[in-house]
Amino acid sequence: MYRVMINGTRHEVDAEADTPLLWVLRDFLSLTGTKFGCGMGLCGACTVSLNGRPVRACSLPLGDVGDAQVQTIESLAASGELNPVQQAWLELDVAQCGYCQSGQIMAATLLLEQNPAPDDAAIDAAMAGNLCRCGTYQRIREAVKLAASHRTAGGDHG
Amino acid sequence: MADTTNIGSLSRRAFLKSSGAAALLVGFALPGGSGSRAARAEAPLQVNAFLRIDTDGTVTILANHSEFGNGAYTIIPMLVAEELEVPWESIRLEAAPTRPEYYSPVFGEYLTAGSITVFSLWEPLRTAGAQAKAMLMDAAAAEWDVPPEQVTAQVGVVRAGDRQAGYGELVAVAQARNIPLRESVTLKTPADFTVLGRDRRRFEGRSKVTGEARFGIDIKLPGMLYASILRSPAYGGRPQSFEDSETLKVPGVVKAKAISNGVAVLATNYWSARKGRDALTVTWDEGPNTGLSSEGFFEEYRVLADKPGMLAEDIGDSLSVLAAVQKPLEAVYELPYLAHVTLEPMNATARVETDRCEIWSGTQYQSNDQERVAALLGLPQQAVTIHRPLMGGSFGRRSSKTADFTIEAVEVARGESVPVQVIWSREEDVRSGFYRPLFVHKLRGTVDDDGMPLAWHQTVVGQSIMQHTKHDPAYMVDGMDIYSLDGCLQEPFGVFSYGTSYAIPNHRVETHNPPKVGVAPQEWRSVGHSHTGVAYECFLDELAYAGGRDSFDVRQHLARGNARMSAVLAMLREKSDWDAPLPEGWGRGVAARVYSVTPIAQVAEVSTDDGNYRVERVVCVVDCGFAVNPLNIEAQLQGGIAMGLSAVAGEEIVLERGRILQSNYHDYPVLRLNQMPRIEVHIIDSQEVPTGVGEQALAPTAPAVLNALFAATGRRIRRLPIRHHGLQLS
Ligand code: FES
Ligand code: FES
Repeated sequence: MYRVMINGTRHEVDAEADTPLLWVLRDFLSLTGTKFGCGMGLCGACTVSLNGRPVRACSLPLGDVGDAQVQTIESLAASGELNPVQQAWLELDVAQCGYCQSGQIMAATLLLEQNPAPDDAAIDAAMAGNLCRCGTYQRIREAVKLAASHRTAGGDHG
Repeated sequence: MADTTNIGSLSRRAFLKSSGAAALLVGFALPGGSGSRAARAEAPLQVNAFLRIDTDGTVTILANHSEFGNGAYTIIPMLVAEELEVPWESIRLEAAPTRPEYYSPVFGEYLTAGSITVFSLWEPLRTAGAQAKAMLMDAAAAEWDVPPEQVTAQVGVVRAGDRQAGYGELVAVAQARNIPLRESVTLKTPADFTVLGRDRRRFEGRSKVTGEARFGIDIKLPGMLYASILRSPAYGGRPQSFEDSETLKVPGVVKAKAISNGVAVLATNYWSARKGRDALTVTWDEGPNTGLSSEGFFEEYRVLADKPGMLAEDIGDSLSVLAAVQKPLEAVYELPYLAHVTLEPMNATARVETDRCEIWSGTQYQSNDQERVAALLGLPQQAVTIHRPLMGGSFGRRSSKTADFTIEAVEVARGESVPVQVIWSREEDVRSGFYRPLFVHKLRGTVDDDGMPLAWHQTVVGQSIMQHTKHDPAYMVDGMDIYSLDGCLQEPFGVFSYGTSYAIPNHRVETHNPPKVGVAPQEWRSVGHSHTGVAYECFLDELAYAGGRDSFDVRQHLARGNARMSAVLAMLREKSDWDAPLPEGWGRGVAARVYSVTPIAQVAEVSTDDGNYRVERVVCVVDCGFAVNPLNIEAQLQGGIAMGLSAVAGEEIVLERGRILQSNYHDYPVLRLNQMPRIEVHIIDSQEVPTGVGEQALAPTAPAVLNALFAATGRRIRRLPIRHHGLQLS
């Protein structure tokens, strides 16, 4: 039995130590917003926040999560209000199939927390690990910038 | 999407076949919209099979096309809303059940494919909306005892003089008075549109930024088990026997069982199923493919390409013209297998009972899956219910003619008392799927005294997608697959009503259909154009250089008889700054294609630096008829261009002794954000019937990039992908 902090709530999970956090979230806690794409840290679909840093949940065993605070896509608009990144994504209609977008939005949200005004190179560096087979990259770039401007304009609530 | 030649046979009457039976409706709401089904006492008004209006004014549309990123769930309500004059917020979507009255009028099946969704729904759904509005207006006129011409309807409210009523209020009136459906209604012309032609964000957009969107892989059912399948290391192999003692020791594992193409391990969570699967020992019958390799196919097809094939087109007399030339230009283009690698790996959930079966599957070909499952289980077709979750991309993968991933889930769930969800790993997805077939094109050509193409002789060699499938009669012409040749022919062919738009005076195209062995060929976004586009547009470029002519001039010259393509090219020349100089080491390339009637052309601009190149910019001009939702058209074009670039730069599936060498995104690299060029999209202003863009976008990208690389480096790359030639996309 493991105790983990997910989206501010403590959960007891009866899973094996080697179970990747991804499957703990999806199959044990029914938090299906975090997606499975490759299982090898190659696509970013499973990106979650671990103490404010982006990690690939498919490659993080439950036994290694410890006391860390895990935040998933489900936490971003918990109050019902979208965060600035989600708003920008919606405004620019970024998603196509949408499958990669939880991971994209988590990566972008965490990028802006570290770097509120990223330039193109910083966006490329932070987001290149998140694949989108539908090819929404151009709008992703624009949306990250739009979200950055929203955040600056609206104060930091992201 | 596909062909538009069936436009005349579009059966609007069949499509709109009125169905009053509320029992037909399934209560499966699609994401998006705000209408709530909670506790509505009064009976809704069933306008026809596709539209229902509730007493609270909620309009429910039964969507018979699937959403996999294509924008179908936004186009469908737009078409209805335009005529029904209903606020966007009161619309909800429901998945139409898999029944014949909901089949696509173009395909005669429940299928979303061929980039024809907008085209095929253009008239039927607008008509449905207009009929519903007429019904409510007629109800108001009767109730208020006013002449029908005095009644108007706007934003969900019907008015006459100083009387008004919301649509919802008129539902009971229409029912009580038994208002009939008006068969003939007048549709608005584009000048009066207020919804169509304007940017509209995705209907289900919010669910896709909150993580609430439910894909097939997200289905959770009470008691459901997860399954992972161990498949034969050789493509097409089958299990002979297996040993599961280690598997059964894995906590969470419930059982292992053989199915026709592998051994499935069932567990209470997916990770346990995976671990259990990895602990299996299986003896395989490796099947018929272990002697087959990509290299072998290339060799065999090169030999075939030198031999006369089936004649698809022979305009003028290419053979004589070329025979009279000392040394015609000659080239061979070789294109590998490609995988779809949708970001959501294949998966399906099934619950099998004695007299019925329920399936949750991200298939875009529902009627086929239903039919095949029914046959497998010996059930009537309607005893099989197909639920329609969202799909995490398709690109052709989910129109499987064998219903592979759905059937497999049924095989696994059969005999179980609980539903089972089968999830493919990425490795299974890369190694055990269906592929864009491998092709070899041999080309010969020559130019006239002005340097313009005079004679063309192309031989196309590769496995047919449609042969020996149920689509054989529609897509095979005298043994030739029209998809294999799509984009090579100047004249219409079979049900494809369009040609290249070019007029080369002597034009001969032959084809060989080698036996369908090895990995299974399937549609891959843009289908034939994914290979014919490269061979045709690159060799055309070679001819232009051989004739000392500008590549753009040559295309404009050849397309001069085609007004739509000429307009596209004229705009592209200007928007792409084709005639402006570029820095040293940079190059521009152009390609122009007609796919499913839509003319589309692109200019790619590349910069090179040693072994690296960047695609700096792609300018795209398209004429897709009336632009129903420009915001989505732009998205589809950006996405298509990204996928086209991805394939030409790095994608390749290699078969070696029956095994696929690639396994995941590290050895099957797809385009990443840092490699994305700046894309500029221009849509020709048009009032014509809308045609597709979802697949069209890819067709010119690969050749435009290859032609640009040649302009920059002087190197012609004729075997893909580019990365094998010491050039990395950065
Ligand atoms: S699923 Fe974790 S990175 Fe792809
Ligand atoms: S939106 Fe489909 S994979 Fe990104």
